[in-house]
Amino acid sequence: MAGEITLTVGGQAGQGVQSIGLTLARAFARGGLHVFAQQDYESRVRGGHNSFKLRMGPRPVMAALQETNILVALDPLSLDVHMAQLTDPGVAIFDGEKTQVAGPRRGYFPVPLERLAQESGGNRLMQNSVAAGAAAGLTGFDFSIISDAVAEQFKGRGPEVEEGNRRAAQAGYDYALTQFGGRCDCSLSTMAAPKRLLLDGNEALVLGALAGGCRFMAGYPMTPSTPILQYMATKGAGLGAVGIQTEDEIAAINMAIGASFAGVRAMTATAGGGFSLMVEGLGLAGMTETPVVIVVGQRPGPATGFPTRTEQGDLEFVLHAAQGEFARIVLTPGTPEQAFALGFRAFNLAERYQLPVIILTDQQLADSYRTIEPFDLSSLQIDRGELLLDAPPDYMRYRLTPSGISPRAVPGLSSAVVVADSDEHAEDGHITEDGAVRTAMVRKRVGKLELARADIVPPEHYGEQHPELLLIGWGSTYGALREAVDDLRADGVSAGMLHLSQVWPFPNEQVQAAMKAAKKSVMVENNASGQLARVMRGETGLAPDGHILKYDGRPFSPSEITTQARRWLR
Amino acid sequence: MSIKVSVAAEDYATTQVPAWCPGCGNFGILPAVVNALVTLQLAPHQVLLVSGIGQAGKLPHYIKCNVFNGLHGRTLPAATAAKLANRELAVIAVGGDGDGYGEGGNHFLHALRRNPDITYIVHDNQVYGLTLGQTSPTSDPGYISATTPRGAYQPVHPIALAIAAGGTFVARGFAGNTDHLAGLIGEAIRHRGFGYIDVLQPCVTFNRVNTFAWYRQRVYDLASDGHDPADREAAWQRAQEWGERIPIGIFYREERPTFEDNFPSLAGEPLVKRPIDPRAVGPLLEDFK
Ligand SMILES: Cc1ncc(C[n+]2csc(CCOP(=O)(O)OP(=O)(O)O)c2C)c(N)n1
Ligand code: SF4
Ligand SMILES: [Mg+2]
Repeated sequence: MAGEITLTVGGQAGQGVQSIGLTLARAFARGGLHVFAQQDYESRVRGGHNSFKLRMGPRPVMAALQETNILVALDPLSLDVHMAQLTDPGVAIFDGEKTQVAGPRRGYFPVPLERLAQESGGNRLMQNSVAAGAAAGLTGFDFSIISDAVAEQFKGRGPEVEEGNRRAAQAGYDYALTQFGGRCDCSLSTMAAPKRLLLDGNEALVLGALAGGCRFMAGYPMTPSTPILQYMATKGAGLGAVGIQTEDEIAAINMAIGASFAGVRAMTATAGGGFSLMVEGLGLAGMTETPVVIVVGQRPGPATGFPTRTEQGDLEFVLHAAQGEFARIVLTPGTPEQAFALGFRAFNLAERYQLPVIILTDQQLADSYRTIEPFDLSSLQIDRGELLLDAPPDYMRYRLTPSGISPRAVPGLSSAVVVADSDEHAEDGHITEDGAVRTAMVRKRVGKLELARADIVPPEHYGEQHPELLLIGWGSTYGALREAVDDLRADGVSAGMLHLSQVWPFPNEQVQAAMKAAKKSVMVENNASGQLARVMRGETGLAPDGHILKYDGRPFSPSEITTQARRWLR
Repeated sequence: MSIKVSVAAEDYATTQVPAWCPGCGNFGILPAVVNALVTLQLAPHQVLLVSGIGQAGKLPHYIKCNVFNGLHGRTLPAATAAKLANRELAVIAVGGDGDGYGEGGNHFLHALRRNPDITYIVHDNQVYGLTLGQTSPTSDPGYISATTPRGAYQPVHPIALAIAAGGTFVARGFAGNTDHLAGLIGEAIRHRGFGYIDVLQPCVTFNRVNTFAWYRQRVYDLASDGHDPADREAAWQRAQEWGERIPIGIFYREERPTFEDNFPSLAGEPLVKRPIDPRAVGPLLEDFK
């Protein structure tokens, strides 16, 4: 698209790929541009190959493209991996004094990164700042913004380090301005825009949770959800929240349930592997009707799988996990905006219906950054459902009521006592063997699913409302789907998108209506078997005309979707 | 909220009828817990009993107070968290030997090192009672059951384990001596930190070896045997004793910062009593601009 470019930083783990990428992303965002950044990394701390792909421009960008206009290669392997993606014209920056390349090639722009770092900053370790400066120099973007972002990265390490890195960035920037003689077509200028936020899906989600009053989190580190716990334990603590690293995921969910039973909004976060260990706890929340929020950041399974990559393979797992029958809610945000909104909403839903709410994300959403308009905090309303602060002496936790919800008291806040049990229980919470009581209690726990239909987040119907081709998806494919629809429509194809950010309870009516209005519908999923399509068939009896599936551990690009989508247009 | 002037045992009485076998050791533990709570003048609504699954896990149903009867083996995480959420509650976790040393063994280790300000009572009958008599982690070597027809092997020594893992209050009681046990439970609740008590609890139906008589012939009180609970070395030595003489009482006690002390954010009002304001995250958003 005119006026926008893609910049890729490639290198080994430990070389600073992410910090260069994020520094540039921040700078371009502060300069008023829209930014989308996607990370690709391996499960290792040193070596291998990682990349950080940054797309920016004057209009909103929602996904990463396959091609790149500028490549910053921190090692020879990055040249090998990414040169094929270089646009024409396009520029590849690398340290020509350290990397031996076989002859000149289109786009090659050797920059003496290490030497410039030594000369300008006095330390060869500042070569990443040289690289960031050189990449920015190619765009001609306002250097003062770049310089501030670079310096900010070294805040707290002393003025010498900050200033040295500023000079290193300047050296790279000037080198690109004066020494690059080829064509690039990659100039970017600052834009007057309101200050936007630049954050990734995990950050948006945990901020939403904190806004939603979550003050207790227990978790066990597992990619891609670890940063949520880290944020809670550090920044969240400033708001009075507690973040605990537990001995395992079983402890994590049981702690979250214990805290919630005692009256504090609580969550846990993990990936599919950790969620496997939490399954019995999920049922405990269902049985004891204790509100709890569980973030499951999907990565390709089974078992350890593809630890740092992305997939949508756990939908049916989270829908069916745990023995027995009980209601649960499954939210599937696809953007940082949705991650924040649903991170907030999950706690209201969990308390209103007294059940577990699962927020199903994936590595692509968790680790991808995007600029978004600041959240409107003033419109957020906390709803604690039928929370009973002053319970009467004859209080019974599981009272059968016409509303289908039992008023929920919390231990210690009144003179009433609260009895909850994972065994089947009577209204007073004590163990029962009575069949009629069992029937009534099952009906209550299962029946809450019907009640929760009143609160379904409707799917987003984008593009043509009566399209030739409707692309249906859920979760992190939002950006790629939406851009695919834009691209198809720009090509004269009547296309629309239906994106579900809540899968359970399933939005039957909206999905049926959208499918009826479309000539053909294709389900787009980052998994091997089309799990949402199966859920949809079960709920609505409708099947899509086709599937676009991808399960190589990588996210969709818009062009992968458009290319395949055309198969149904013939 | 109505504050009672004085708490009596009747305040803790329920209409629930215990589902234990007649003569079960658990009948010696139940009044000990109630007596301790009455002695400490804690009202039922100030107490939270968290239990697992097993015969021991049923105990909270027979005491009128707040109850969270959770999953088999998972008492300690739930209890630890409830205390963090509302440190005004007296939180007491109870479970069996299978529950705490088998299924939940990992949580036991980590509770010992974290030192949450809660109490943990293990009804140690050296057998799986509720599932009809299988071998447990504490069954004596050679103990025959359908799952170890050739006899049990090396058992867990929970007292030694607790001392080694950093327990700050490590004690053993006997269900056949309710008064002594009630005293221990009171001490454990008062202890600022993880008050842990392993209770020798005869299972009259399945454990034909470790009977009331068997224990009675062997138990002796550490306090009247010159033991100093501040002496960790001595505690370790006493913890090795099993067989002819079995010590009961407090093996080891020390003051150490509690788990809750690690969280400055917990200072002030208990978490559960703090108002929720979505706008509180406003300042955090500045970091992302
Ligand atoms: C996850 C799980 N596994 C197994 C069981 C079955 N189970 C119930 S109680 C129990 C063992 C009980 O032994 P213990 O904890 O020593 O308690 P006791 O009955 O002896 O008091 C088992 C294995 C269960 N409820 N949950
Ligand atoms: S089986 Fe044993 S532990 Fe269980 S109630 Fe009977 S005597 Fe007590
Ligand atoms: Mg037992």
